[in-house]
Order: sequence, then C-alpha cells, then structure tokens
Amino acid sequence: MTAIILRRLLQAIPVLFIVVTLTFLLVRSAPGNPFSTEKKIPAEIMEQLEKQYDLHGSLRHQYLQYMGKVLHGDLSISTQYRNRTVNEIIAQTLPVSMVLGSSAYFLALVFGVTFGGWAAIRHNQWGDRSIMLTALLGLSIPSFVLAPMLVMLFALKLNLLPAYGWGSPDQIILPAICLSIPFAATIARLTRGSLLEVLQLDFIRTARAKGLSEDAVLFRHALKVAILPLIGYSGPAAAGILTGSIVIETLFGIPGIGQFFVNSALNFDPFMTSGVVIVFSVFLILFNLFADILYFVVDRRVKLE
Amino acid sequence: MAFSGMAKRRSRRILFTIGLITGLLVLFAGFFYFCGGWALSTPADLTICNGDEPQTLDPAIVTGQLEGRLCLALFEGLTTRNAKGDIIPGMAESWTISPDGLTYTFHLRPGTKWSNGDPLNAYDFLNSWERTLNPATASQYSYQLYYLVNGEAYGMGKLTDFSQVGVKTPDDHTLVVTLTHPTAYFLELTSFQTLCPVHLPTVKKYGTDWTKPGKMVSNGPYLLKTWRLNDYILLEANPYYWRPVPLPRIKVLPTSTSTACFNLFYSGKTDLIIDKSSIPPELVPDLKNEPYFHANPFGGTSFIRFNVKRKPFDDVRVRQALALALDKKDIVEKITRAGEPVATTLVPPGNASYTAPQGLGYNPDEARKLLAEAGYPNGRGFPDVNLLYAGRGMGTQMATEIQALWRRELGINSIHLRGQEWKVYLNTQQLIDFDLCVSAWVGDYNDPQTFLDMFVTGGGNNDTNWGNARYDEMLKTSESTPDVAQRMQILHDMEKILVVDEVPIVPIYFYVGMSLYHSDKLGGYEPNFVDDHRWGEFYLPGKKP
Amino acid sequence: MKSIHLFYRVVKKDALLVVCVLFLLAVLALAFVGIHFTGYTYDQISDASLLPPSHAHWFGTDANGHDLLTRILFGAQISLFVAAVGALVSLTVGVTYGMISGYAGGRIDSLMMRLVEIIYSLPTLVLVIVLVTSLDSPVANLLKSAGLTGVNPRLVLIVLFLGLTEWLTMARIIRGQVLVLKQQAFVQASLALGQSHVRILWRHLFPNLFGIIVVYLTLTIPAIMLDESFMSFLHVGLQPPLASWGTLVSDAAFLINPIRLYWWMLIFPGGLMTLTLLALNFLGDGLRDALDPRVRK
Repeated sequence: MTAIILRRLLQAIPVLFIVVTLTFLLVRSAPGNPFSTEKKIPAEIMEQLEKQYDLHGSLRHQYLQYMGKVLHGDLSISTQYRNRTVNEIIAQTLPVSMVLGSSAYFLALVFGVTFGGWAAIRHNQWGDRSIMLTALLGLSIPSFVLAPMLVMLFALKLNLLPAYGWGSPDQIILPAICLSIPFAATIARLTRGSLLEVLQLDFIRTARAKGLSEDAVLFRHALKVAILPLIGYSGPAAAGILTGSIVIETLFGIPGIGQFFVNSALNFDPFMTSGVVIVFSVFLILFNLFADILYFVVDRRVKLE
Repeated sequence: MAFSGMAKRRSRRILFTIGLITGLLVLFAGFFYFCGGWALSTPADLTICNGDEPQTLDPAIVTGQLEGRLCLALFEGLTTRNAKGDIIPGMAESWTISPDGLTYTFHLRPGTKWSNGDPLNAYDFLNSWERTLNPATASQYSYQLYYLVNGEAYGMGKLTDFSQVGVKTPDDHTLVVTLTHPTAYFLELTSFQTLCPVHLPTVKKYGTDWTKPGKMVSNGPYLLKTWRLNDYILLEANPYYWRPVPLPRIKVLPTSTSTACFNLFYSGKTDLIIDKSSIPPELVPDLKNEPYFHANPFGGTSFIRFNVKRKPFDDVRVRQALALALDKKDIVEKITRAGEPVATTLVPPGNASYTAPQGLGYNPDEARKLLAEAGYPNGRGFPDVNLLYAGRGMGTQMATEIQALWRRELGINSIHLRGQEWKVYLNTQQLIDFDLCVSAWVGDYNDPQTFLDMFVTGGGNNDTNWGNARYDEMLKTSESTPDVAQRMQILHDMEKILVVDEVPIVPIYFYVGMSLYHSDKLGGYEPNFVDDHRWGEFYLPGKKP
Repeated sequence: MKSIHLFYRVVKKDALLVVCVLFLLAVLALAFVGIHFTGYTYDQISDASLLPPSHAHWFGTDANGHDLLTRILFGAQISLFVAAVGALVSLTVGVTYGMISGYAGGRIDSLMMRLVEIIYSLPTLVLVIVLVTSLDSPVANLLKSAGLTGVNPRLVLIVLFLGLTEWLTMARIIRGQVLVLKQQAFVQASLALGQSHVRILWRHLFPNLFGIIVVYLTLTIPAIMLDESFMSFLHVGLQPPLASWGTLVSDAAFLINPIRLYWWMLIFPGGLMTLTLLALNFLGDGLRDALDPRVRK
C-alpha cells in the first residue's frame, strides 16, 4: 500500500505543475491589466509596478520568476491587495472556508446517512418514496436558489437567524445547511442503495440465520460494507463542497477563500488566482488519497470477514 | 421482518455515533478558532460599511475612495478638513502664500508625535513626498506632486536629484513648497492622502508589511488595531493625535453588495453606510422618506464618451444629435433614482465662483434634424457600433436604458451593448477600443480644472481621441491667471467648446451622494462637494467633548 | 384486454416518468415557441420597473422594466442550449475515450483511467472559471477574424469547457461496459473473422451502449446546467444582454432586503429551474433503473 501512496503522490506533482502553469499563463495573457485604475497611469509608473511584481518582460520570464518563487513556498504578492502576500491571504481565509466546508460535510453525512438508512429500512413503503423524492429535490435545487429563499424566510421574515456575516456561531447555521443539502441528498441515495444491496447478500442471511439481533446485523455487518460507496463518494463530495462554498461565501459574506478567488480571477491577479488553484488542487489530491486509503482499508477488512 | 421493534436501540446507537462525530467536530472547530478562523465579533462605538476590502492602506499608493477614507482616518497631512469639508490646519498650524501664488510656507505644529512617540517634523514630509514621487514606489497618484517645481521630472525618473524639487525644509518645523504655476486648490491637495507623511523608519524596517496592525505607525486620529481580510477592520483612537478624538473605537466592514450593506444597517449591525454604491438603488424611492436617509450632491459626473476617430462619431452633427436625443430624466428617474440632477455640462455645480455654460438640453426634434443632415434619416444606414460599459452595479441597467432610449428617439437599431468586467473595461477604455463608452469622473478637489483638464489633446484620461488646440491654449492661459474671476471665465469658455460646440462627450447626470445613518446617533457628518467625511470628526450627539 | 392492462401497468409504474417527459417538452415548447406569444421581447424595457405579477406582466418585471416571463423563457433557451450542447460535447469525448480505453485494455487502459482519476481530483469548475475569463478576448478576436461576429465568445467557451468537465463519469461507465462486452461471443467471433477494430467498435459495440449513453446523457444535462448557472451567478459566466436562469436568479438574490420582497424575481426563475432539473434527474434515474445493466432490479 505504501507503494500506491507514493505513486499517487509522485503523480500529483506533474499534475499540479501543469495546472499552475496553465492558470498563470492564462491569467497573464488575458487583456485585463491588474493595475488599471480609472485615472490612467503613466507608462513609466506602470513599468515600475510591473518590475515590483516581477510581471515585467516576456511572458516566459515572468513565468519562470513565479515558478521559482513557488518552489520556495512563496506564492508572491497579490496585485490587487498590494501589501498582502498570497500566503498571508490564504492563511487568513482558508481556515474560515475549512470551518464552513467541514460543517457542511458533517451535516451532509449525518442527514444523509440517517435519512438514507431510514429509507432503506422502510423500503418500498411510503416513507422510502417520499425520502427519495425529497433527496432528488435536494439535488435539483441549486444552492443559490435555496439560500436566498431560506434567507428571506428565516432571516428577514422570521428574524431567527442572521442573513449575513461571520464571527458568531449563529452565523454559520444557514450557510452550512445550504451548502450541505445537495451532498446530503446524494449521500442519502447512496446509503439507501448500498444498504438495500447489502441487506440482501448471503452473509447477511447467514448472520440472521445464526440468530444475531437486527441491530448487530445492521451495525456490525451491513453498515461496514454499505459504507464503501460513501467513502468512494467523499472525494467528489469534497470537490463539490469546495466549489459550492464559493457561491455560499459570496451570498453570505463569509470571509473565506472562495470570494477571493472570484475577485482575483475577475481582476486578473495572476498570483492570487494561481495560489488558490494550487491550494484547492493540493487539498483535493490529498483528500482523494486519504479517501482511497480508507476505502482500501475498509475493503480489506470486509473481504477478510 | 420486524424492524420497528428494534427502533429504539437503533436510534440510540445512531445518537451515540452522532455524538461522537459532534465531539470530534467541536475539537476540530476549536482548532480552527485558535488558528484565527473564527474570531468573534468585537464591539465598537461606530460601525461603518465602507464598500469593499481595501487594497492597501499605504497612503502613497492608495487610489480608491474607500481606501482613501481609511487612510485619512489613520494619517493626516499638512491640512485637513472639518465636518463641513472646509480646509483647516492639520499637521501645519499655519501657512503663508506668496503674492504670486507660487510659494507656500507651512509652519508645523510643535510637539506633534507619531503613534509610537517619535516626534513628527518637516523632514517626515520631505522624505514621504520623495517616496511618493519616486518611480520605484510606483504610486499611481504621484502626479498630484507634479505641481511642485521639478516634481514631474523626478516622478518620471528624468531627474534623480530630489534636492532640485520644489520642497525644502529650512528647519525642523518649516516646509517651503514651490509650485510651477499658481494652483488655487493646492491646500486641498495637501489634505489628500497621497501627500500625507509616513513613518519612514517603519517602512524601511518592515517593507510592504508595514501597513499591518501592530506594525503601522501613524499620525492621524486613529490607529490600526485589527485588520481581518474581508471580515472587518478595527480602529482605535490615537492617544498621540494633537486633538481629542470623540469616538474611541470604529469598526469598518468591507461588505461589497449593496443589499447586504442595507440589511446590516436595517438590523442595526452597522451605523453608517457611507458610500452610495452600498445603497440598493431600487430601494431609494422607499428610503428617500426615511429620516436616516441623507442625500447630498457632490462633485462627480456620469457621461458617455465618443471615440471621435471612428465613424459615424467623427461627424460632430451625429454627436450633437445623440446628445440632444438622450432623455436623461428617464435615466435618473428610473435607473439611478437618487434624485440626481440631469447634467448638460461636465463640471458639477458646487463651486461658488464658477458659472457653467448653457449645455445641450433634451431636444429630440433638433436631434433628428441633425442626424438626417449627417446622412442617417430616422437612423437608417447607421453603422453597427458598440456601447462599452462596466457590468458592475447599475452599469448594465443604465447601458440597456441608454440603448433603448436612442432607439426610441432616433430609430437607431445598430447600437450593441458590450459589457465587460471592471478591470477589462478600464483597459479597453484606456486603449480607446470602443465606439461609445459609459464613463464617470469624480473630482479630486473643488475646482473645474479637475474635470476640464481631462480633455487636453492627448491627455492621459482623455480617451476620446478628441483634441482642440484652442482648448489646450485656454487651459494653459488659465493656469497662469491669478485673478479668480478671469480664470473662471476662461474655464467657462472652455467648457462651452467641450459640451456645446464639439461634444466629444455627452454628460448624463451629476452624482448625488447618499448615506444612511441616524442623526441622533451620529454627529459630525455633513454634506460637502468632495464627499470627504473625516472620521476624526465623528462624535455621538450629546457626548461631544 | 391484455395490452391495455400492460399499458396501464407501465403507465402506473412509470406515470411520473411520463409526466417528466411531458413537462420537459412543455418547457422546450414554451421556451422556443411560446416566447413569441408573450407580447414582449426579451430586451424590451419599460417604465414598469420591479412590479409584482399583474395582468400585464404575468411574472412581474425586473429593474429595467423587462417582462420577467419573457426573460425567463429566453433564459430557458440559453440554459437548455448550453446544457444540451455541452452534454453532447461531454458525450463525444466521454464515449470515445471510454470505448478506446475499454477496448484497448491492458496498459493503455490503466494509463487512460489513471488520467481520469487525476482529472477527477482537480477543482475543475475553478479551472473553468479561469479559462473562460482569460480566453474571452482571444476567442472574440478569433471569431471576428473568421467572420462569425454573431456568435458570442463566452457562450462558445462555456459550452466547450463545461462539456470537457463532465465527460469523466461517462468515460468510466462506457469503459466498464466495453470491458464486459468485449468478452462476449459475437465480438470474439468478429475478431476471429478479421474485422477491423474500428468496425467492431462502431458496428457491434456502439449499438449495445446506446441505452447507457442515453441514461448518462440525461444525467449530464442537469449537471452542466447547474455548472453554467453557478458561473453565471458569480458573474463569470454569460454576460448581458444574454441571460440564462443563472443570471436571473443572481439578479434576484442580490436584491434581497428587508423592506421590499421581490419574491417573483427569485421564485419564478428559481422554481422553473428547479423543476426542470428535478424532471431531468428523475428521468435519468428512471432510465437508469430500466436500462443500466449494472443496476440490480
């Protein structure tokens, strides 16, 4: 297994390299100048600015300068926020996004597994059908449609929760819920599907025949196998939560990394954009690796039984 | 199968698992809290919605209005403004101006200190201005010091000896400034953030990091206590400031969406919305009657630029036709809605000594006549042209409206909308890669010059390809005319060329600043032409020191 | 009697499926045909700004006085177009890739699937945003020089790149199926007869994949629609005057305030979009239950 991990990590390096190169070159070759303001800047000053940022000279030169810095762990300075290094911005905003993302993930797991399990148990009865339809609805309603509706209801009409901002615990409730819903829905469907399949398998029948209680059947045997597809889904779920958080952060004014990403792409800030791409990619690669390892471990244990 | 019988045990198991995971997550969240991921809100005496996250707080390189406001709370120049917007002594206690208007002698207030206790003297100004002008700093506003003798040469890197630039320090507390030509508004420039002093040893020590809380040393009414990205900024009263500061703590929110700003104000989480772009325009008709709504005109104009090198806008009759046919009242009543006055000239009213010429009003019949004369009767045969605009704020709605209005009055169907993101739009406008462009300009100081000098031939902010030798000549003459009335007359005639005869631009409306605050909770906020409200002037009514 | 019974059973079991199909057809019809009967054009402004639903404007108006019903139908055209064409791009790439990978087998297959794994773990939508914002001008110039001035460069970019984001699942599924089919007798026989690989792929394998292609096509369409509206919401997608459901919902979301509730601006486009996505997902689910051989009955 160590071999697999090492191989995956080694594979990741050229991928990251390609992705960062692509991002940097694209953002730099686009026509928007990161330093433009309404009052035009004299050419001499523009040249100075570019030199300060190592954005002067040929594209190749700029790129090499940047990659050199990246390899030393320096993601350079943001062209928009002129005395903030990208490292600094990420250090301040990433934890916020992580808190939001992990809360959403946790909620998705809890609701998804609970409702999916319920549905599997009430298979083909009214409960099953209605839960599955709700799950499908949860998948189909975009987060930026649901969030404003929930804000209108809970924050503006009923005044129960804050509509905006970050800093107190009640400000995380609505954003985390909105972010988690599509994933809760998918997890519910997956849980139900795999539980149903598993509950029909031979070894379950054997366990029941042996006289084990329903509880033991469910928790000790069935769940362990049924969990596999969920672990498999955690990679795409993480990716989805990451991208979903961009919209949620924009809607709720959460000072996370997503808002900075959109801003920097729109303002042609090559360093910030590339920096965010690196962070997202590294996170996802590591997360996927972790999920694969977990899958491997659980799968092995299941096979052993 | 009898599942339901075991339901209780099962649900207990589920609860246990949930409890376990919750515990893990609380630990997790706690970890992030201590990483600063979740700083709990701190109370303040005044919370201001400032419009967006500031790009920097270094006064020498700041370009935006929102950054300017923060800088002017942290730093102070030779002069400053009072609540009414009048220029009053700041770091300079008094000054004298030579009769020819070229030499200013400033006497600094004795005993002034920086926020770390260091004494503040004239050398701070000298060295700070050198830093601002120095091309290596790449300050986009350094041209404000070009009024100084040799300022431009130094700023362009053509001169490397700063001692030749028109600012001298005969002693610790005196600053002598020599200008290239009389500049009526120079004292307004010295109150602007670009000319504020910075504490150079700090800048040297920390490099670009010097603007961070805990490192920044400033001389203004407030200190930078906290700065959390996209979250909030906390300002604390500076004990070393030369006069008492009424409000001990100010919290600044970088909320950028107007509806979010308004929601915060409505729910009491913010006390002052200071920028009109933070107020949703569609709510203005409702808000106008509220006691917390305050509107005041200020020195900004929205207008449309023509690219006079491209057909059909090389024909002045076409330009005049479009100017006469635009129903500007429609735009201010339907789109912007803040009660903006319709503009037929470029320079906004507000300067008592200046009288604007009579501009081109709304006259669709005349417009149609001119258009037909130019060869496009009823808009027939009008070539395909683009109307460039920035897609942010009300930009889209306004451009859509303008396009529709010209279609309605002149029958022109071939004007296409071209919306771009802000930075791309700025770039395109500066490259003059458009046919028509929705633009705006806010004055840096209260004088028609800040608007009219945009359109000199080849001027950096002209962006219309238009030029007129007589216009340029008149501007030069005005600069060396010390008599106020005479100078204003020259500027008046210049503006007539601009908006009546040649029409490279079509003015639409003059800005009206809007702000939301409860006057029983905030004092020291008064309307003024440059929309410059110094936070050091704010106080809580009933508690004025 | 028997056939009616059968029909009744099918309809009863799949009644909702039929409803979904009818609903989608209705949306298509309204979007492309019905839009001409609303009495307004999508870019027609008026002074009736931000009015709730009324007799003149069934769905109310927006800030410029556009009739919202017309705007929603126009948005439907754009959203559906992007989703359909994007899904086709997705399909083309995914099916080709999956077929080649599964058919080739061995090292080529494992290499190709590893590439899929890698791309799977990348933040693709983030990259698409960068691609679309950066390539906007160059593509615009390219189109201009090719004489295609009527074509919107953003639209082309979005369709292309979103299609290239969603082909992974299709490729995996196809490859899996091809691996299974490859072992079957008729393929082995064709190989023995000396038929060319391309012929085998096209004449024998492809027709058997048809069902599964339809299923995943139906499931890719809502995915792309969601992605596109996501981008439009963040203002990095389609630019005005083009409007998709994403931009309409975005306008509404940023108008939320405690004084005036412009509910029609959110509920109508948001609701229609949700129902369309729901119908597509439901249809895809149903088709998958019926046609995907991997699903246990």
